[in-house]
Amino acid sequence: MPRTLYDKLWDAHVVLNDTSGRTLLYVDRHLLHEVSTPQSFEMLRQEGLAVRRPDTQLAVADHSVPTHDRGQPIEDPRAAAQVSLLEKNCEDFGIEYLSLTGDDQGIVHVISPEQGFTLPGVTLVCGDSHSSTHGAFGALAFGIGASECGIVMGTQTLWQTRAKSMRVTFDGVVQRGVSAKDMALALIGRIGAAGAVGHAIEFAGDAVRALSMEGRMTLCNMAIEAGSRTGLVAPDETTFAYVQRRPRAPKGAMSDAALAYWRTLPSDAGARFDHEIRINAAAIAPQVTFGTSPDQVLSIDQIVPADTTAGRALDYMGVQAGTPIAGLAIDHAFIGSCTNGRIEDLRAAAAIARGKQVAPGVRALVVPGSGAVKRQAESEGLDQIFLAAGFEWRDPGCSLCVAMNGDRLPNGARCASTSNRNFEGRQGAGARTHLMSPAMVAAAAITGRIMDIRTMPA
Amino acid sequence: MKPLDKVEGQAMSLPDSDVDTDIIYPARFLLITERQGLGRYAFHDRRDAPGFPIRPDEDSAPPFLIAGPNFGCGSSREQAPWALDGLGIRVIIAESFGEIFYSNCFKNGMLPIHFNLATVTMLHECAIAGNSFAVDLERQQLSVQGMRPLTFDVAAGNREALLNGWSEIACIRALHTDDILHFETAQRAAAPWLWQGKQA
Ligand code: SF4
Repeated sequence: MPRTLYDKLWDAHVVLNDTSGRTLLYVDRHLLHEVSTPQSFEMLRQEGLAVRRPDTQLAVADHSVPTHDRGQPIEDPRAAAQVSLLEKNCEDFGIEYLSLTGDDQGIVHVISPEQGFTLPGVTLVCGDSHSSTHGAFGALAFGIGASECGIVMGTQTLWQTRAKSMRVTFDGVVQRGVSAKDMALALIGRIGAAGAVGHAIEFAGDAVRALSMEGRMTLCNMAIEAGSRTGLVAPDETTFAYVQRRPRAPKGAMSDAALAYWRTLPSDAGARFDHEIRINAAAIAPQVTFGTSPDQVLSIDQIVPADTTAGRALDYMGVQAGTPIAGLAIDHAFIGSCTNGRIEDLRAAAAIARGKQVAPGVRALVVPGSGAVKRQAESEGLDQIFLAAGFEWRDPGCSLCVAMNGDRLPNGARCASTSNRNFEGRQGAGARTHLMSPAMVAAAAITGRIMDIRTMPA
Repeated sequence: MKPLDKVEGQAMSLPDSDVDTDIIYPARFLLITERQGLGRYAFHDRRDAPGFPIRPDEDSAPPFLIAGPNFGCGSSREQAPWALDGLGIRVIIAESFGEIFYSNCFKNGMLPIHFNLATVTMLHECAIAGNSFAVDLERQQLSVQGMRPLTFDVAAGNREALLNGWSEIACIRALHTDDILHFETAQRAAAPWLWQGKQA
């Protein structure tokens, strides 16, 4: 029977099936960060267990780390304690930790692909819901809770139930100024924040094949905002070219063997999906969220709807039903996160910011997703473009995406943000978040208003 | 993990849809590295809202929570179920759940139950009316004062773990170590590149 990519990944990792329909699934890769693992290590200690395969684990601190004055002691004593606890736990349990002051530090979902720790065909988990990002490589990747992190460290397995399958096909070619972020938001707007609950999404179609690995990661990253734990893109030449340059990727004969296997992964012709969604990529306009759930999203040329279910959200956001979303004044701009903190995102934003000035009264932050992204951007002079335009140029971390590192917005502040969640309080208690692409955020920072990137004067 | 077999008591109604993990447990409290005593942070930023069922200084709630659709969507943070557990909530009923949150509940001695929209709507009314709720996990039955008993679905493995209070990690190790070794031998042969890690 023809199988989907998801089926193949799943089947290759079944340790056993129980009688109630659960599968004990083997885990090849586990990423750790400081926030979701303290209690997992505590669990191992309580049960007197070692980590079964330390070689399959990689840790980094990203959520609570300051994004300025790197190398200085962390000011917030609780954040400092959390980071040093991760360091100590990794040392005690023999897990590799990428140090905060080292070259390789960054957001967990940005560094793992850079390192070649993320590979096609693997199962990869992390105590973080945006683990779906790694599905861009044709890996079965999903977020888990802290207890499950402990279970993975202790057993290398997890009890899981097979998801249903959904294929989202983006046909055609996107317009200029439209990015993977807009594709993701358009999908979420269409199917809703719970639209893919219980499903593993495979992204397909010409517009997906045309995306770089960065774009594919952006798309899979936001599968969770559509309710799916898993987003997938079939590996192809774009994938292999990216992977082969990475330090931890298989080399030599191993690489050939791996490649031969990876080529067998794409869904078979005729494979059946439980749900099929088709989207005309050419019709997607730049997207902006107006509410407090990622599915409360509009094309930039649309009017805020007078939808009663969004009433509370509109109040919170201070947005008027019946008014255009374009033109809304912002006072903060954030470019970064595991959704849009990669080199391509910074290039897109810098192209807009070049030779211009951030609007008076707007505070704009650029936070590269990793040390490697930061160095690359600096070698291309992007940091100078941002600094000259009045953006702050920071050290890598999650920063304003989750606002637990000291970067936090004041009550009522309105922020154009490249991150993935516009939940109440996400960027600070009472702060208002509008999600959009890096180019759109840069344009909002420059003009001080949410605007259509397609009409931005050069 | 504490076992869950029978639970009786009042229910709290929280009908909003898409109550995400940032609402259940705001990110700024994620710097806390313990898992006990988080009840007072649950719904921290929502408690001032008029009509919200828990007041700002409270750290306990009735054992049943009747929630809106897509409850617990968003992040994987297990602090969300820990905080609800800290309030004394044992059973959460909704039309649908965020998936990671759903599985996190079972790891922490809490029972999430799905019903269809019409049933959940009735349960909200019963909760607001102050009717008493009782769950019998062994029989997979929910009894609510003034309603006919309802049967619910729960995966057998999850049910067993809850009933016995089993730690999953100990269970897997006790029952399946040989299966895991067997899998590993096969994978080493088929995909040797996955066995070349730094420490391997
Ligand atoms: S950047 Fe944001 S979404 Fe990504 S891992 Fe960090 S906090 Fe989570």
